[in-house]
Amino acid sequence: MTWIVQGILSFIIAISFAIIFNAPRKKLVACGVVGMSGWLIFSGFTLVSGDSVQASFAGAFMVALAAHILSKRFRMPMIIFSVPGIILLVPGGLAYNAMRNIVENDYLTAIGFASKAFMTSGAIAMGLVFAEVLMQLIFRYLRKRKTASHIT
Amino acid sequence: MLNEKNDLAIDCCLLAGRLMIESGAETYRVEDTMTRMAISQGLIGTQSFVTPTGIMFSLGKDGSTRLMSIKERWTDLEKIALVNQVSRKLTTNELTIEEAYEELQRVASANLMFPFIWQLIAAAVASGSFLILFKGTWWDVPAATIAGGTGFVVVTLIHELTRVKFFAEFIAASVVGSIAFLAILGNLGTDLNTIIISGVMPLVPGLLITNAVRDLMAGHFVSGVSKGAEALLTAFAIGAGVALVLSF
Repeated sequence: MTWIVQGILSFIIAISFAIIFNAPRKKLVACGVVGMSGWLIFSGFTLVSGDSVQASFAGAFMVALAAHILSKRFRMPMIIFSVPGIILLVPGGLAYNAMRNIVENDYLTAIGFASKAFMTSGAIAMGLVFAEVLMQLIFRYLRKRKTASHIT
Repeated sequence: MLNEKNDLAIDCCLLAGRLMIESGAETYRVEDTMTRMAISQGLIGTQSFVTPTGIMFSLGKDGSTRLMSIKERWTDLEKIALVNQVSRKLTTNELTIEEAYEELQRVASANLMFPFIWQLIAAAVASGSFLILFKGTWWDVPAATIAGGTGFVVVTLIHELTRVKFFAEFIAASVVGSIAFLAILGNLGTDLNTIIISGVMPLVPGLLITNAVRDLMAGHFVSGVSKGAEALLTAFAIGAGVALVLSF
């Protein structure tokens, strides 16, 4: 039950951000699907491994993968699909807790939260890049095979 | 005659580049689009240098070099898609260079944004939904929705008024914090932290963070670092605005 609620809510959030960032109107649902798949992978992975950094990597990987496939399908820049999806994974809570502890003069706790937020953003970045490199390799392989079959 | 045609091609490439940078496209995509458009017009060996604040574009050793400065940047994914479409049509010869230039000028002057009220509703709904995803209780949803919507209105209004982005974000974050605080005081909310986090999510610079990393990985260090600095400043403005409320 919670999974269905989470899926629906993440879908709504991704569409909302697509509206704020003015994505093309006919592609709103696609943006929502990308965000939802990223969030479901993220929360599923958090449940299994218990580490939000690894889960962020997996979620960002999924977002970039889905965005890449959709961008090839619709012949549009990938950024249209990836940006509304990535917002869901941004470590807002960690950054907030770091800031809050700094204000309360508890610098040691703040450093812990800030490092975790930094690691999470790094993991999101790595997830994006890994997925992109992987997709490029796959597409290059497919293209090569296509031209090879033409020759024979 | 040849020069006139080259001039038009340069203008067309620069306009496409400017529109893409202004709408928030990645640097490597801008350079790629400009080069492809130039090649389709028979201009081989063009060089471009793209940063978030300006574009330099040169035709090579016996052509001219132009500079285009970029004053403002915002996020408009639809314009990126439209410019991409024009450049695709130009490279497949569906459009002539004159038609492409006209098309780009139409895109430049058009206002394709969603109506403001839609954006406002989207921001409010997103904040309310975030609260549940952050493991908040359903009882706090109205407070987060109102905080998120108000924050979005404030950031837009103050940005129109002052043209200083970081100031607008600072004020908006402190307004979100105050609304959450009042909700707790008025017994309309239970968890201050989750309400504030959900309320500031519409202000988070998601596009900048994504683009900064992708530019850095593609080797565009000038753009990557400057976009990263902009994202960091925004995050700091939001954090400081919230901190201002929390310190009372």
